[in-house]
Amino acid sequence: MLLNYSQPLEVTNLTSWLDSALRSSMSEFWVLLIEFVIVGALLLTAYAVIALILIYAERKITAFFQARFGPNRVGKWGVLQSVADMIKILLKEIVKINRSDRFLFFAAPFFMIVASMLTFGAIPFGKALHAIDFNIGVLYVTAVSSLGIIGVLLAGWSSNNKYSMIGAMRSGAQFVSYELSAGFALMTIVVLAGTMQFSTMIEGQRYCWNIFNGHISSMIAFVIYLISGHAETNRGPFDLPEAESELTAGYHTEYSGLQFGFYYLAEYLNMFIIASIATTVFLGGYLPIQVRGWVDFNGIMSMIPSYLWFFGKTAVLIFLSLWVRWSFPRLRIDQLLNLEWKYLLPINLVNIVLMVILVLTGLTLTDLFPSIF
Amino acid sequence: MKSVAKYFSGLFTGIKSLLFGMSVTWKELWTKKVTQQYPENRDTLVISDRFRCELVMPHDENNEHACTACGICQMNCPNGTITVTSQMIETEDGKKKKILDTHQWDLGMCTFCNLCVITCPSDAIKFENTFENAVFTRSKLVQKINHEGSKLREKKKEVKPVVEMKAAEEVKTEEPKAE
Repeated sequence: MLLNYSQPLEVTNLTSWLDSALRSSMSEFWVLLIEFVIVGALLLTAYAVIALILIYAERKITAFFQARFGPNRVGKWGVLQSVADMIKILLKEIVKINRSDRFLFFAAPFFMIVASMLTFGAIPFGKALHAIDFNIGVLYVTAVSSLGIIGVLLAGWSSNNKYSMIGAMRSGAQFVSYELSAGFALMTIVVLAGTMQFSTMIEGQRYCWNIFNGHISSMIAFVIYLISGHAETNRGPFDLPEAESELTAGYHTEYSGLQFGFYYLAEYLNMFIIASIATTVFLGGYLPIQVRGWVDFNGIMSMIPSYLWFFGKTAVLIFLSLWVRWSFPRLRIDQLLNLEWKYLLPINLVNIVLMVILVLTGLTLTDLFPSIF
Repeated sequence: MKSVAKYFSGLFTGIKSLLFGMSVTWKELWTKKVTQQYPENRDTLVISDRFRCELVMPHDENNEHACTACGICQMNCPNGTITVTSQMIETEDGKKKKILDTHQWDLGMCTFCNLCVITCPSDAIKFENTFENAVFTRSKLVQKINHEGSKLREKKKEVKPVVEMKAAEEVKTEEPKAE
């Protein structure tokens, strides 16, 4: 259906042109090699650029929530502020800590970066902007994004600093708890969609996003996923691993320069990853808003390229995360674990059963109103 | 059963209060920004009159001040910020008189306690709210606050005799008429 409309702004045209041009002049091996390198370089660039944009957006939105202006001196409206910060962080000295576990200390930031980088490959940024499409995409993302906690724990352990250690331990407890909820929330939607592959999951949401399709159950899963995803990124009311009033900076207290930059980057990228997975799984991914039967409307919506839809939906979720971050005070560790083990997890388990019942008895919106959705 | 009801009521009141909190911050997002953009807003900037930034000695249009060089401000200054130097001169009618030579004030040592202004018997000095006092060298912080070539205002001694003279003249002129 979607392919019937002309989509001049899609990158599909560019990628297919590049592919055919390469194939016409060299062998299969070299084509693949060149394409892998291009994709890797693009992902790395996207990683850095998205982080810079997010840091700027976060500082600006934070300021607006606090009736301030935010950065407004470097460039017009301060748009170059995060670039300047990046240059500063690149020029800073990497301090070696006495009596720290040198190898693990230097390895830890890479775990963070690699974990979020691996997740990046599986995120569908748009039509044909999907590095690798596993048939177990959801499982892969859940597994790989939880690798980051190793970086946090190693950082806390190897820093030879009690604050780092406490911060890392808190982060471990928090991450293990909330990973469970996030996984179950995604499982709820897997039950609904009947697939773990992101591309099929997105295609299934053409006329009815998963969040509406499973109505009550999906809504609950969505909220729980946002809460636990937010907790996994160690931000907002759940930032007790780096509670600056108690632990100076938590697990990355001893890091400086580029290594600190890695943690900083990974924090923002994790926020983006959580939002983009929520977009893909609940909000129809890169698909435009489509209503069955409204041909003109669908045509206009399809004119907007898919990556803009993806980044728009993700931006809304990121804004939501910032809104939560600047609304609520930090939780105590016991409150944090209470919330997970006494509220989110039981609700989540009941919710999965509810979703199974909804799907089996044909009470989802697509089953109830097949003519509309 | 009671604990189950408590669990659910706690859950829902919790959600309600969280949503209320988010509505508060949502309103806050659209409020007017309170940041003062300092170098740009210098024209509209309002600094309180009582804000103490710089010690000045008010001079009138004749370049005259009210300082009698008594040195009370210097004596009262807790930090030794003020140095009053005076010189003795001989007036026309042969009297010896102490006049102000320089009144030196060191901004870098001043704590802006206002004691000098309070204790000045002739209200010769006061604090102004001109706050942009940054300079590049310490020596520039030491200021001479009496103007060049200024002298003591002789207000009461000059004004009063004139009035008395006039009154006396009036009396003198009136008397003959009465006679």
